[in-house]
Amino acid sequence: MYKYNDFDESFVRNRVAQFSAQVARRIDGSLSEEEFRPLRLMNGLYLQLHAYMLRVAIPYGTLNPDQMDQLAHIAETYDRGYGHFTTRQNIQYNWPKLPDVPAILSDLADVEMHAIQTSGNTIRNVTADHFAGAAADEVADPRPVAELIRQWSTDHPEFQFLPRKFKVAVTGAAADRAVVRAHDIGLVLKRQDGVLGAEIIVGGGLGRTPMVGKTLKEFVTFDDLLPYLEATVSVWNLLGRRDNKYKARIKITVHEHGIDDIRARVEDRFAAIKPTFGGVDMEMLREIEGHFVPPIFADKPVDAYTRAYEADPVFRAWADTNLAAHKAEGYAIVTVSLKKPGQTPGDATAEQMRALAQIARDYAHDELRISHEQNVILPHVHKSNLPALHAALKAFDLASANVGLVSDIIACPGMDYCALATARSIPVAQGIATRFEELKLEHDIGALKIKISGCINACGHHHVGHIGILGLDRAGVENYQITLGGDGTEDMVIGDRTGPGFAYDEIVPAIERILLSYLDLRDGPEETFLATYRRLGLAPFKAALYPAKEEKANAA
Amino acid sequence: MSRPFTPKVITANALLQGDVIYLSESGIWVRALHEAALIFDAARAEALLTEAQKDGMVVGAYLTDAAEGKHGPEPTHFREEFRRTGPSNYPHGKQETGARANV
Repeated sequence: MYKYNDFDESFVRNRVAQFSAQVARRIDGSLSEEEFRPLRLMNGLYLQLHAYMLRVAIPYGTLNPDQMDQLAHIAETYDRGYGHFTTRQNIQYNWPKLPDVPAILSDLADVEMHAIQTSGNTIRNVTADHFAGAAADEVADPRPVAELIRQWSTDHPEFQFLPRKFKVAVTGAAADRAVVRAHDIGLVLKRQDGVLGAEIIVGGGLGRTPMVGKTLKEFVTFDDLLPYLEATVSVWNLLGRRDNKYKARIKITVHEHGIDDIRARVEDRFAAIKPTFGGVDMEMLREIEGHFVPPIFADKPVDAYTRAYEADPVFRAWADTNLAAHKAEGYAIVTVSLKKPGQTPGDATAEQMRALAQIARDYAHDELRISHEQNVILPHVHKSNLPALHAALKAFDLASANVGLVSDIIACPGMDYCALATARSIPVAQGIATRFEELKLEHDIGALKIKISGCINACGHHHVGHIGILGLDRAGVENYQITLGGDGTEDMVIGDRTGPGFAYDEIVPAIERILLSYLDLRDGPEETFLATYRRLGLAPFKAALYPAKEEKANAA
Repeated sequence: MSRPFTPKVITANALLQGDVIYLSESGIWVRALHEAALIFDAARAEALLTEAQKDGMVVGAYLTDAAEGKHGPEPTHFREEFRRTGPSNYPHGKQETGARANV
């Protein structure tokens, strides 16, 4: 993975020193809150409902074991002994105290991490496919491009006061695991005639105006990629609405001007700025690529795996749900679920973080990833190590066999923490997961993505959940709207709203009614919830959700 | 016609700890809602808020509705109920310090 050079090191250290001085000036009264707020946001420090919250970037979701250990150390030393992994491949600490934040940032810098541009109207943490560098279906590892974008966008002088925040995601595979069509810019790496490049998708986003990104250009070679991105952000920076924050994101600019108009402007701007890059971007990309050399994969038998798979039903259940195809013979990608039913989605204790770091050292070529689905990935595990790895995970309560199933729920922090939230998300996720654990229906239901947001800003990606749940405040009471049929993959679809929302104590039974009717309606166990929904549409699920009303309508 | 004034408390977050605080009758910031001053008069509420917003050791002071309870002010909205209690997924925040328990 990427190692900081002298420039990166001194940049991050300087920022720590600068922010430490700003914190000191805020505490001694030299800076007012109004003056301090934009400074703390530039460094990822929010003030939430009960405490400050520090959002730390995990660039493109990649961590090494020393970094994971340091995240555990921070959780224990300055926080409540845990951290929360988010849908944007960040970790959030929910209880830091202002005077401790400089020390936390210094500890992060010790392991080449930071919280820069995790807030504010800047280009945010660049996210990527969490199976990057390991997936069997990958055209190219997206992380070198993502790192190039991180370096280019960090403190980019033209892009520190954008109309609104700006999010970039990169995938190197046709199967989209990075939700690139829901980002301001999404890149899909491709190879054409032996040359690597990217499809550039622009104007996707969720929030109050969900939109599927549109293709700005089918193929841009790596030679042109950075100037093309700069041209795109630059066009929006001038054109984007600064009069209305709800219309400021690039999705609205693309919608209002049309993709053809935006493309023409980007092409003009690209022609003007391309010569100024002079090839330095490609030199940097080549240098970065040298940091992402794949590990040396072992060529050895997988008998230990086969034996355990045949002999141990618990191991088999876990292997069936939590493993994905690796590009190297004899290897697997392991998803460690942070969704034990009843647990807060995405939370890991310091002890669990340390265990994961050690497991990565012992069995996974020193690599860890954080997925936007709030799980931890061990990207390179030889199958012969899987039984021992599984046993190690079990010892730390990390062996839930539920990846991609009903209890593998994305949930934002919601009103348990977030100052913007209009309702709680976490207890709804806990309630659904616990209920289906009781019903023992999880494996019968099969592949399902439930995503929950506690406000319209949609950090929980509810629009692209097969079942999406949006928590709102309706006349002073928590109320939950349901959408069905959303899909966050390469075939991205925004879900359909079912109708009136449900009270807090009604939402888990409502989800149960949807899923029990799916079991009745499906063509067979191989037809997934999403496929059944696409075949039958909203009507039968609506009938299950609102039975009394349907009866009334039929009687009329 | 303007809406009749409903009773309010002044709340904010503490600068250093970041936790929820309330303005008391004596003008001191307290950690428990039931120790807060319940304000029944619009002019007094505005005057106290203006003063509170000048306090450099607190952040984001605002007026919020509260009702008169047996032991002091109580929240009328669930957001303020969570603020005076803490998150529902862990026993952290005010519920562990006892600031909530006295109610």
